Amino acid sequence: MTAPLLEVRNLTKQFGSGRTLATAVSDVSFDLAEGGALGIVGESGSGKTTTARMVMGLERPTSGTITYRGEDRTAPPRSAREWKRRGREIQIVFQDPYTSLDRRQTVGDCLAEVVRLHFPADREAVRARVEELAQLVGLDDRQLRALPRALSGGQRQRVAIARALAAEPRVLILDEAVSALDVSIQAQILNLLTDIRAEQGISFLFISHDLAVIRQICDDTIVMRFGEVVEQGPTERVLDAPEQAYTQLLRDSVPQDGWDPLAGPARF
Amino acid sequence: MTTTSIVTQAPSKKMRPRLSFISGIGLTGQISFWVIIAVALIAAVGPYIVPADPNAVDLEYAYYPPSQWFWLGTDASGRDIFSRLIVGSRTALLGPLAVVAMATVLGTVLGLVAVWFGGWVDALIVRVIDAIFAFPGILVAILATALFGAGLPAATIALSIAYTPYIARIVRSAALRERNLPYISALQVQGRHGFAISARHILPNVSGLIVANATLCFGLALIDLAALSFIGFGVQPPTADWGAMVGGGMSGILQGEPLEAIAASVLIVITVAAVNTLGARLVQRSESRA
Amino acid sequence: MTATHRSTDAPLLSVEDLSVELRVGEEMRTVLKQVSFSIEAGQTVGLVGESGSGKSMTVRAISRLLPEGAQTSGRIGFDGLDVLDLRGEALRKYRASDVAMIFQDARAHTNPVRRIGDFLTESMILNGKIGRKKAEQTATELLEAVGIHDAARRLKQHPHELSGGLLQRVMIASAVAARPRLILADEPTTALDVTTQAEVMAILKRMQQEYGMAMLFITHDLELAGAVCDDTVVLYAGEVVEQQQAKRLHHDPLHPYTAALVQARPDINQRADRLPSVPGHPTTAYEAPAGCAFAPRCRLAQERCRETKPELVAIGDHGESRCVRAVELRGTLLMSGTTPLTADTEEAAL
Repeated sequence: MTAPLLEVRNLTKQFGSGRTLATAVSDVSFDLAEGGALGIVGESGSGKTTTARMVMGLERPTSGTITYRGEDRTAPPRSAREWKRRGREIQIVFQDPYTSLDRRQTVGDCLAEVVRLHFPADREAVRARVEELAQLVGLDDRQLRALPRALSGGQRQRVAIARALAAEPRVLILDEAVSALDVSIQAQILNLLTDIRAEQGISFLFISHDLAVIRQICDDTIVMRFGEVVEQGPTERVLDAPEQAYTQLLRDSVPQDGWDPLAGPARF
Repeated sequence: MTTTSIVTQAPSKKMRPRLSFISGIGLTGQISFWVIIAVALIAAVGPYIVPADPNAVDLEYAYYPPSQWFWLGTDASGRDIFSRLIVGSRTALLGPLAVVAMATVLGTVLGLVAVWFGGWVDALIVRVIDAIFAFPGILVAILATALFGAGLPAATIALSIAYTPYIARIVRSAALRERNLPYISALQVQGRHGFAISARHILPNVSGLIVANATLCFGLALIDLAALSFIGFGVQPPTADWGAMVGGGMSGILQGEPLEAIAASVLIVITVAAVNTLGARLVQRSESRA
Repeated sequence: MTATHRSTDAPLLSVEDLSVELRVGEEMRTVLKQVSFSIEAGQTVGLVGESGSGKSMTVRAISRLLPEGAQTSGRIGFDGLDVLDLRGEALRKYRASDVAMIFQDARAHTNPVRRIGDFLTESMILNGKIGRKKAEQTATELLEAVGIHDAARRLKQHPHELSGGLLQRVMIASAVAARPRLILADEPTTALDVTTQAEVMAILKRMQQEYGMAMLFITHDLELAGAVCDDTVVLYAGEVVEQQQAKRLHHDPLHPYTAALVQARPDINQRADRLPSVPGHPTTAYEAPAGCAFAPRCRLAQERCRETKPELVAIGDHGESRCVRAVELRGTLLMSGTTPLTADTEEAAL
């Protein structure tokens, strides 16, 4: 059994101090296998986004460790050069397609900037790579020349995914990346992510509150609540045979056939 | 066929103004633009083609009414008002331009640096800005004049420092909003240098605000410099300057010869209005395109 | 005419051929095209659609909250009143006591510097002409009815001290305070956690039943609509494309777009190899092409779909559909399987 790509042990994050001390994440541990897809499920205040940010290096953990391929990655990068190195290991796609792109930059320029950063090359080579990325995520020439405001939410997320993939990372963190999309577009992006994972063997860390989406994308799942891991395991098992009452509650709260809000789950 | 854009650009239904170098600023914007061009041309070329020597004193011709030699008449010292107005446009434009240029550069740099580094750097810069803010521009200018001698340079530098906090504060708060947007994190995560992110991403997105405030400062600086000249600091006689002419023309008003003061005031007002209008239209345009 | 009710009484709310154009810059843009549906007293009707479908605009038209410069045509009837013609005192009364709105973002619709108690009692005192003490007592009862138990404490708090879920319950309390006959709920639970959503929906349904209120429930979530609504109206590009009994919509959609929506959702019970997805993205009324608005994205589209504008037709007893092939395709729309015939990318939409 190969060592996991990403190992997180006892990760904790506290904000403030003294009387205003707030614990956002408490003693969280999990592994991400090479080529795997791990879902982090939770409601607001569960700490899932803070956890993801710590793994990305955007937040400094209070305690605990993060290891990538055996090397310590707990502390956030201190210089642009360190960030660049980290960027070739882990990348992130954010939730809001409207603010995750520079509104004054065309899509092509946005992608070219990142490609040049990691693979300095002449204009032709950069352009070729940008076109490759665009094709990978399903964007055409016209969209490459467009400004973000001319694109729909789904198209912008494709750009964000392409930008993240430009660095050729091995881990892609998707922080509620499809939550702000229309249902029909969400399906397209989920299919795209499945395809990318199959073709490139990238591992996913998929943050979401949507259990159905988690089922579709993730092999394994951890359930978080109030900063702690409540349950974890293979997605099928966690969703079909949860061991914890909270997980059962989450499952029962999802509207589906036969769900009657008035029958309602018991107040937990 | 579905279009790929959610928001289609509305085809323009307005007739394009014929003489437009800058599009999208409306009729008032166009007019303002040409007024400024006109004043700039006059400032550049005018002094070489004035009908009369603006500094030629001849007391016999004091307060002469408008005539074919003196298109707007003469002032208390017999100097041609029209020529002096033309020559005066130089200091009227150069002075404020220098103030705005320096204040904008300094203020923008301070704002961006404060936002990017945060922490104690930000706290320090904010204190400095607040300290400068505490002193009214004109008082600083008078102080500078007292220390370094009267004249445009001292007044200009003093006003630049006094105006820097306006720009710095605005840039800082706008840049702070930008910096917290996810696309900045996305760039950081790619390994882009802070300098590059600030200059190539944050700055362009706050530039509309900077332009607006810079043009506002131009108008204010023009008035402040004119006021300084009016009270005898700033531009010194016999150099022609609109503000000085308003001041010098005060005695004329009392003697029933208001032309000098009025003419100079009108020119000040027109220039300030044109600059402010153009600035406002440019901001509108940049916001509608952002 | 709705699919479930055949009462001979006039419906409480009747939207007839409602069209709305909005002013954007120099031009007018159509956002709703001849939308028609009705709600009986006490009934819950769901309005489902994606971006650009016009669902929010429909609700705003009914509550007369359209933006400046908007032009409407058609008729909205509320218990005999012509809503679009209401003015002055009649309009105020309509908004204050006949119809109530619950918005998606409770925080954006509450004044952060005023206390919850003021928020609740203000309109009561102004409209009901009752005293402050009585109003506060009513407010306390209302908060308890929506499941907020330390009501007295909450009344003194400000919005930022309450979570999103609690604040939404306060909004519901405020909305039902005047015992409106129709509640317009615009995605009231979209911004809430799923467990909170379940609680809030329970409260909303309970109050609705207790006070006999009708509800127009806007959502993008077909499953939620199926669970809480009697009938569902599906909007696409500003038009009604399907109208049917909510619970049956999932199993027997009458329009390809509805089928696409149903299939696009991942199943919480099992993973699919690929989600059946439709290329392109939802359009607005003013961007829609001639002919059927959904045709460019529809894998069942034929020539006639692109050439002629389909009408909304009744499909037997079950509902209505704006698809020329609806009768022919009846019952087969969900059987398309998981392989879309065209590639998944945006390019294929053109």
